[in-house]
Amino acid sequence: MVHGELWTVKELFVYPNEYIYWSVQIVMYPFMTGLVAGAFVLSSLYHVFGIKELKDIARFALVFSFALLFVAPVPIILHLQHPFRGINNLMTPHFTSAIAAFGIVFSTYGAIVASELWFLYRRHFVNIAQPLKEKQDKTLAEWFKFFIFCSLTLGVYDVSEESLKKDEKAIRILAGLGIPVACFLHGYAGFIFGSVKANALWMTPLMPVIFIMSAIVSGIALCMLTYILTMEIRKFLAKRKKTVQPMHQTSEELQSAEITVIRMTAKYLLLFLVFAISLELLDLVFRGYTATKSWDVLRSVIYGKDFTSIFILQYTIGNLIPFILFLLPNLTIRRAVLAVLLVMFGVFMMRWNVVIGGQAFSLSFAGYMHYHLPIIPHDWETVKEGLVGAAGVFVMPFVLFWVIAKIFPVFDVKESH
Amino acid sequence: MNRRDFLKNAAKGIAGISIPLAAIEFINPRELLAKKDGDAKVRWAFLVDTYKCVGCGLCVKACKQENEIPYDANVTRTWVERYVITKDGKRFADTPKGARDGFITSKIELGKDKFQEIKDEEIEKAFFVPKLCNQCENPPCVQVCPVGATYQAPDGIVLVDRTWCIGCGYCIMGCPYGVRFFHPKYHTAEKCNFCYHRITKGLKTACVQACPFGARQIGNIKDPNDPITKIILTERVGILKEEFGTKPQVFYIGLDREVK
Amino acid sequence: MKNHVFRPLFVVIGLVVIVLIIRVFYVPKDFGVHERGYMYGWYREGNIEEWKTQVKVKYQGKEYCSGCHADKVQAIDKTPHAIIQCENCHGPANDAIADHPSEQRPKLIIDKTRAHCLRCHAKLHYPSSGRAQIRGIDPDKHNPDIECVMCHNPHKPSLEGLK
Repeated sequence: MVHGELWTVKELFVYPNEYIYWSVQIVMYPFMTGLVAGAFVLSSLYHVFGIKELKDIARFALVFSFALLFVAPVPIILHLQHPFRGINNLMTPHFTSAIAAFGIVFSTYGAIVASELWFLYRRHFVNIAQPLKEKQDKTLAEWFKFFIFCSLTLGVYDVSEESLKKDEKAIRILAGLGIPVACFLHGYAGFIFGSVKANALWMTPLMPVIFIMSAIVSGIALCMLTYILTMEIRKFLAKRKKTVQPMHQTSEELQSAEITVIRMTAKYLLLFLVFAISLELLDLVFRGYTATKSWDVLRSVIYGKDFTSIFILQYTIGNLIPFILFLLPNLTIRRAVLAVLLVMFGVFMMRWNVVIGGQAFSLSFAGYMHYHLPIIPHDWETVKEGLVGAAGVFVMPFVLFWVIAKIFPVFDVKESH
Repeated sequence: MNRRDFLKNAAKGIAGISIPLAAIEFINPRELLAKKDGDAKVRWAFLVDTYKCVGCGLCVKACKQENEIPYDANVTRTWVERYVITKDGKRFADTPKGARDGFITSKIELGKDKFQEIKDEEIEKAFFVPKLCNQCENPPCVQVCPVGATYQAPDGIVLVDRTWCIGCGYCIMGCPYGVRFFHPKYHTAEKCNFCYHRITKGLKTACVQACPFGARQIGNIKDPNDPITKIILTERVGILKEEFGTKPQVFYIGLDREVK
Repeated sequence: MKNHVFRPLFVVIGLVVIVLIIRVFYVPKDFGVHERGYMYGWYREGNIEEWKTQVKVKYQGKEYCSGCHADKVQAIDKTPHAIIQCENCHGPANDAIADHPSEQRPKLIIDKTRAHCLRCHAKLHYPSSGRAQIRGIDPDKHNPDIECVMCHNPHKPSLEGLK
């Protein structure tokens, strides 16, 4: 069977080679990079602009962004017909293609986040590596631990006040540098779509900006969600007095800290949400007003075939309802969780409506294609480009975060700068 | 920084620079500035006479066999479209299986296993249009390939390197004509290349040879004595989807505004 | 005191150098910018030769057939079916056939099906297309259950050639 034929149903006049070639993993790809970029921007708001209220969530967001970073290329790899040749992208990059930038921009961004984390956690590494270094008879596990943390120090054991000052400065510079790179990383994901002149729905210069805005929205939302989850777990542990890690706060202290951070962060989320929606509506209005050749088929898709997923799922459930939930006074944690989940759903639907919606009509403008997501897999292709693959990609950053947090402890109060 | 550190760093720097310079050389600027239009003696072009096409689909059959596209796979390098416009202004178009088996019924395929019967007396205008890769002068599919796996050969033909293609599908998305697809066997991007193995040996493409009616012709547009060059230069010919600025090199006689 | 701030930068530079070194070995030597510039001519040059030589020519054309079957070709050339290539019905001749001694030569698979004839001869009244000028039948009404070749001889398609 031809790739794409399995999940594509054609209607009316569609060219014979047209299928929905870019399926759910290409929806996941901008969604995941969006989360990366958003999480990073959130952490930078504290490091660069010194927004003190975000201090608690900033360090958390940075570590989470790092975990997400490793997941961002996974959807693309799963989507590639020749995943092992993905390296060609770095070997013979063709920079007239938006995808060629991926290797470079992604690596640059990864380097920035990793460096920033290094400066942030350098003292922590030294604190662990130093005693192990001096210890004479190390066990195998200790050797292993020593090896990891010794490499992580990069050979620097200097933790004097002066050197820590330098760290802070470096962090600020890197965070500042990171914002444009994060925006570029995601903006170019928008460019990948916006620059396809063959696709009437995708081709708009607004696409990169829309992508950045919704990326920040989704990134902040995810950080809030994960932050709440971790805080709840800590509260739970504090209540049961099972303090595994050094925690000196009571459940009540945590509670008040949590809601302050959430309320503060929610304001920034709303701000970017407004930008994102305005741009999307502007795009829609312009298309309708200028009504070029493609408008007939676009209108039938936007107001007809995809009406539910655009206006009900994306705009109403994903944007309007959480907007109201956030704006209502006395925001509670529970309401915030609901709103944040809806926001993330809304951004996911936006990606869906762009990627799948852009392939919902034929290049002939006289036919349609319907996408049927493979839910129950029966071969490798339906695993990786089906519900299972998409869900796997979504879960992956949380697992990674759990692993990474073992090296970069997120809530170790003593260590924080 | 004291002198010792300076020397140390300098040594590191020199070591860094002395890594093979060729490794950094992604693009040679002199090559980049080289003649863009080239002075190649051959530029392949194609001429389709839609008046002559009867929709037999023998071209599609020959193409699939010549170019080893699995015969029953629902993708094809070339195909034939049917357009039927009725007296009450309704427009229909279809291309069942890319017209691999021709058009042997007057029923129009509507997809989702539905068909439209149109009575002969209702027909105002009806005709067939063969489609194939336009071998654009400015191929958007090549522009968007992230790894240089698809490219324009000096004679204008856009080829795909099956050993280098990563299968991202960006070129498929980038083509406004829908000529590209994934090869069911090689899983790399696939497209019509004017039977490159034939035309470079002086043969006609499989579709041109198979067409009993002379609806398809191929030639060298740089050769003023080539019959199709004469037609393209002296007669009224159209191209598909001019608005994309791709400068297609497949020319059509009798192109209609209904042609998508 | 050494400045530790640039340590991560050294790591990054090290990684870049590694990638560039891998690149030297990984990328074929003939990969580069060719005639059409970086935008359209960034490729591995050897691939052009591969396309020229690695795909076999299957359809040989009528002249090739007349090398042995001159009588058949001359006969059909007197009929309206002269415009049809032998291989359209007889299947591609392939190189392989010429390479075999005649006893071991694989048989061509001839398409004698009704559907094959109907490609042209199913009547479609499309006034602005060449199809309307071809003699045709309504496949649902004209002896729908039997093959065309039961009565008609494709090498003598005129009605006098009826079997």
